[in-house]
Amino acid sequence: MGMFDFDFLDDVRRMNKRQLYYQALNFGMIVSSALMIWKGLMVVTGSESPIVVVLSGSMEPAFYRGDLLFLTNYREEPIRAGEIVVFKIEGREIPIVHRVLKVHEKENGTVKFLTKGDNNSVDDRGLYAPGQLWLEKKEVVGRARGFVPYVGIVTILMNDYPKFKYAILACLGAFVLIHRE
Amino acid sequence: MNTVLSRLNTIFAFTLSVMAGLTFLCFLSTFFNDHKALVAINTGKVIVKNVPDYSASREKNDLAEYETKDHKLNQVVVWDKIIKRGDNPILDYRKANTKYYFWDYGNGLRANKNITLTLSWNVIPNAGTLPKIMGEGHHRFEFPEDYSPNRFQ
Repeated sequence: MGMFDFDFLDDVRRMNKRQLYYQALNFGMIVSSALMIWKGLMVVTGSESPIVVVLSGSMEPAFYRGDLLFLTNYREEPIRAGEIVVFKIEGREIPIVHRVLKVHEKENGTVKFLTKGDNNSVDDRGLYAPGQLWLEKKEVVGRARGFVPYVGIVTILMNDYPKFKYAILACLGAFVLIHRE
Repeated sequence: MNTVLSRLNTIFAFTLSVMAGLTFLCFLSTFFNDHKALVAINTGKVIVKNVPDYSASREKNDLAEYETKDHKLNQVVVWDKIIKRGDNPILDYRKANTKYYFWDYGNGLRANKNITLTLSWNVIPNAGTLPKIMGEGHHRFEFPEDYSPNRFQ
């Protein structure tokens, strides 16, 4: 029995067909319940992406890279100056977390607003699509409601180093499939 | 049973649950805080100018919460400040200019009688909810009937 004894592989060798199926199904259950939780959160919060990771330092010192934000996007909640919104601009993949600087709302509820990052010296017009001066409600992904620091750093690492991502996924998958209760 | 892997696994799981517990306690410690505070704001000399806005391709614009003919509610941030943990949280300014330009979307500022200045703030805890608080107290002022004739005043 050495230190790097691969005796955990013995578990697989000892499994019969029934147990293998069980493991595969178990794996499927984990994946599908994760998906259900995500979709359920989408329904409850009204946001297309209820949890986001802060990817840039433009909101320091409030949010740093790797902080996790919990969003809601209720239709009846109006957008007001000073709120922290997450928005997605056409032609840009990554959603942006910034603070609302100006709001102009018409009587029928259509709203135009301008945002700025706390750590940026100018407003976001340079970040918007070319020629775009105002954001509208359809571009909002959600309003920041809750905050957990550092948790999202794993996601950032995975994005920056794809190999790390595959290694983690492979390890997790292997663990679930091989491990015998 | 007691392989390196299983021990690492146990340590990792235990660390994670302790961190989660501590984070939850952080959340609890600030969740019931009442962040209200009193605010007194006043304005000095109020002038309004009609100048072209070169940052936006619009024709001309007038330079807090107000109402114009076509927009029911308008909010403009004119000043902000970040207070970190440990900084003096009592803000006392005697003569302050606005930090950002007070542009209107159209020409709604001249002779506007209903501009309200308020102070509101976000609190960012170590972990937990992000409350947005409206200060108790506001100041209402009017813009003059005429544009300021002087360019640099």
